[in-house]
Amino acid sequence: MGELQFLTWVRGTGLNLAISIFLLGVLVRIIEIYSLGRKKDLAEPRSVAGASGMNTVFRRSIPADGMLKTSPITYIGGYVFHIGLGVVVFLFAPHIKFFQDLLGFSWPGLPSQAVDFAAVLTIVALLLILIDRISKPVKRYLSTFQDWFTWTLTFLPVLTGWMAVQHLLLPYTTMLALHILTVELLLVFLPFTKLFHAFTVFGSRWYNGTVNGHKGVAV
Amino acid sequence: MSASLEKGVRVLKEVIDAPIASYFSSCVHCGLCAEACLFYTETGDPKYTPIHKLEPMRRLYEQEYTVLGRLKKLIGLSKAVTDAELAEWQELVYNSCTLCGRCSVVCPVGNDIVYMVRKFREGMSASGNAPDGIKGAANRTITIGSPMGVKLPAVKAQMRHVEEDYGLPIPMDVEGAEYLVMLSSMEIMNFPEYLGAIAKIMHQAGKTWTLCSTAFEATNAGMQIGNSDLARVIVSRIVDAAEKLKVKTVISPECGHAYTALRWEGANLMGRSFGFKVRHIIEVLGEFQEQGLLKTEGFETDRLTFHDPCQLARRGGVIKQQRNLMNMVSKNFVEMPDAGFMNWCCGGGGGASAIEEGEELRLEAFKKKKSQLDTVKPDRLVTACANCRIVMEEGLEHYQMNLPVVGLTEMIADHIPNPVVAKPEGN
Amino acid sequence: MAGLAQHGVSRRSFLKFCTTLASAMALPPAAGLAMAEAMAAARRPSVIWLPFQECTGCTESITRSHSPTIESLIFNVISLDYQETLMAAAGHQAEEALQHAIKENFGKYILIVDGSVPLGQGGAYSTIGGRSNLETLKEVAKGAAAIVAMGSCAAYGGIPKANPNPTGAVSVSDVIKDKPIVNVPGCPPIPVVMTGVLAHYLTFGTLPELDKLGRPKAFYGETIHDRCYRRAFYDQGKFAKTFDDEGARNGWCLFELGCKGPVTYNACATTKWNGGTSWPVESGHGCLGCSEPDFWDAGSFYKALSMPADPLKTVAGAAAVGAAVGVAVSFANRAKKSAAKAAHETTTLPDLEK
Repeated sequence: MGELQFLTWVRGTGLNLAISIFLLGVLVRIIEIYSLGRKKDLAEPRSVAGASGMNTVFRRSIPADGMLKTSPITYIGGYVFHIGLGVVVFLFAPHIKFFQDLLGFSWPGLPSQAVDFAAVLTIVALLLILIDRISKPVKRYLSTFQDWFTWTLTFLPVLTGWMAVQHLLLPYTTMLALHILTVELLLVFLPFTKLFHAFTVFGSRWYNGTVNGHKGVAV
Repeated sequence: MSASLEKGVRVLKEVIDAPIASYFSSCVHCGLCAEACLFYTETGDPKYTPIHKLEPMRRLYEQEYTVLGRLKKLIGLSKAVTDAELAEWQELVYNSCTLCGRCSVVCPVGNDIVYMVRKFREGMSASGNAPDGIKGAANRTITIGSPMGVKLPAVKAQMRHVEEDYGLPIPMDVEGAEYLVMLSSMEIMNFPEYLGAIAKIMHQAGKTWTLCSTAFEATNAGMQIGNSDLARVIVSRIVDAAEKLKVKTVISPECGHAYTALRWEGANLMGRSFGFKVRHIIEVLGEFQEQGLLKTEGFETDRLTFHDPCQLARRGGVIKQQRNLMNMVSKNFVEMPDAGFMNWCCGGGGGASAIEEGEELRLEAFKKKKSQLDTVKPDRLVTACANCRIVMEEGLEHYQMNLPVVGLTEMIADHIPNPVVAKPEGN
Repeated sequence: MAGLAQHGVSRRSFLKFCTTLASAMALPPAAGLAMAEAMAAARRPSVIWLPFQECTGCTESITRSHSPTIESLIFNVISLDYQETLMAAAGHQAEEALQHAIKENFGKYILIVDGSVPLGQGGAYSTIGGRSNLETLKEVAKGAAAIVAMGSCAAYGGIPKANPNPTGAVSVSDVIKDKPIVNVPGCPPIPVVMTGVLAHYLTFGTLPELDKLGRPKAFYGETIHDRCYRRAFYDQGKFAKTFDDEGARNGWCLFELGCKGPVTYNACATTKWNGGTSWPVESGHGCLGCSEPDFWDAGSFYKALSMPADPLKTVAGAAAVGAAVGVAVSFANRAKKSAAKAAHETTTLPDLEK
């Protein structure tokens, strides 16, 4: 298969397959998780301003007192990588075109040099948190094959995308095809791995905040 | 003798709900929960990582409630939960977890890990894997009436001593009283001053109150074992008593898990809301202070600090009241680092203090409390939980720290002038 | 050189042409002189041009030259013995000319092919004089020293090969496996690219260095994107969003309007078209990618490379299936939970022991 044919396949059949599996997986997982339901809390509630599920969805993004000093790399690496990834995925003009095709609307992007900078920061942050996962006893103890696998699934799209724009290693056509392919792999595996936290983090924080908010405790 | 793995698994299937499913699906193995747990920070052993304490339940959730997990089970690719595994997990789920809840407030994806440990204990207890120490306490609570084996005659004896010492009546089984006061065995046996303190405070505030002969024990070992059926038996005694005596409010004593069991789990165990309120004694004192019903004289002059019991502060939402009360009777009150919402556990809650095999671990974990105290260097340590008091006294002795521990209610009552009560005529 | 002078071409302009050509092919300066001497002195080699399933665009292109007088010299330097558009003969006379050229120059002539070779219906979709292109190609290729597959159709199958390929079109290299083949793709190829390849062969007697798709690296070694004068705008993220917006009028990058420059190897951005007048991007339209295999099937010309090439056909269905499976599982889950609850055996104290 020639370079352009490979690219056309990942842009066509591959993309169709990946997005289909992704949507199917997301729907199955969301429904199978949240349909389990929760018993109503019959204890007399205590109402305190700021203590609620919604509050926690946002507030939990701030490290609890004393935790940042204990684990700076987890927090800083995590923030840089998530925000950087968000910038690269949603504010790079070629990506916005992709979303426009899917959703029918678009939004303004950032200058490509800014996105390039964000991509480099993201790559560095991802490498840092990989090293942290290898070197810290708790993280190493908890890590299974899935942790290394999902790290790779997340890292490769950023790396190959950046390499494509920088014209590194392989000819652009192939690099772009690899980039799109790695994105497709990420999409396919996302609903079935810990990467699904991208969706469930909201529900989890909300439940936590609600249960504690019932007691008037702002978590 | 009918505990079995099958029963345990069935119970776990019952208790797994949407929150638990969401939590397991969200965990990204960041390990921050370990950094918040004193059992990890003081031992450095990663097996004490809170989310790891739930591993068998996570696998069960996957195998029973997810499409992929069910498919994997069908084709024989999943590792079943075994009784041996649950037995191995006993140390993690009980000895090294006091249900203090610090993990739940730091998890970045919002996992309420303490909620999950509480539910996991349902399966652990039903499968016969609860520790002997707490099983004994549960046994005594249900058959005798208190985990320390305290019976009504002993209670009545303490009532008489207190009446004599303080010159105030200690009412029992008084219908229509505003407050039903609960006690914990620890108080009845070790800190009887608590009862006298209650009498003084209620007398000054002009409130009616009573004990109950059929329900004087607040400690809920059923909840500590994590078995709702047993917890319900214990709670229903209190609920029956409160409804029989038609009280407005039930006061939970200076105990941590007793408050959680009655205030937050009680109605859910009974399957209906209560017709009475449940308040911790510190909450009641806080109300009295606000309403001007608490009038104290004089101040403690030594350097005091306060240990927030986990179930009262972080898990119960009572944080400001104890500070206001401390400031009422102390001129030299200093906070320890991480005081209040993020306070570190004493290491003995949730039934842990009843587990003999866990003592070494508890004492090692106590290094965290020791470091807080070493920073603030108080003359005395005040708290509002009798179990915390005992556990901390043991820890302080082990590390040869000469630091007295006192209860807040008693300290407040010490600053209430003794009442002059006319003796009944003819005596 | 006498012949050149007769056509009004001075030695100086001829030399200038040859050095320009040599530099365009990134050959050393001495090569220009070598080219001039070789081309001036050589016995004119025979060239046979076979048109198969084509549109004649390649012939049109090669005759559009920078400077007709010079280009026509190429036709005087070679002996173009068979070219259906340009030759005077027709019918049987043309057939005879072809057979004569083959016999006289067997093993030494250059075979140029444009158009794809249809295999469907035994090759009946395209015939010349009653014979299928497939048969003709196999016969004429036997005596060729080298084959130039001129244009994307001959090089890769081109437009006839596009989905669903009704005629079973294939490229020259799909049919001939035992001769050196140069692919000169483009739809059509740039005039000077075509003549440059021939000049190289005439000068050095060998084919120029080829990439793995058989294209001369001198002209197809870099992408349009890498030589595009609008590249700075791409790098900054300044894109025209419609054909007539401010960005378009400012000459910004045409990536969002579907330009395939980044994935297309050709010389358009450097040599340009129409005697160096302009080229597609310069006139405001994105590159179509016409020198790449299967460019016609690579998604719309107006869809950016980051957009899906085809409509996402199964996505809606997959979502419906996902929802259905989810709901089914949720019923199963809740049933399992209720069954566990119904089977609940109240734990009493003895039940805490195994």
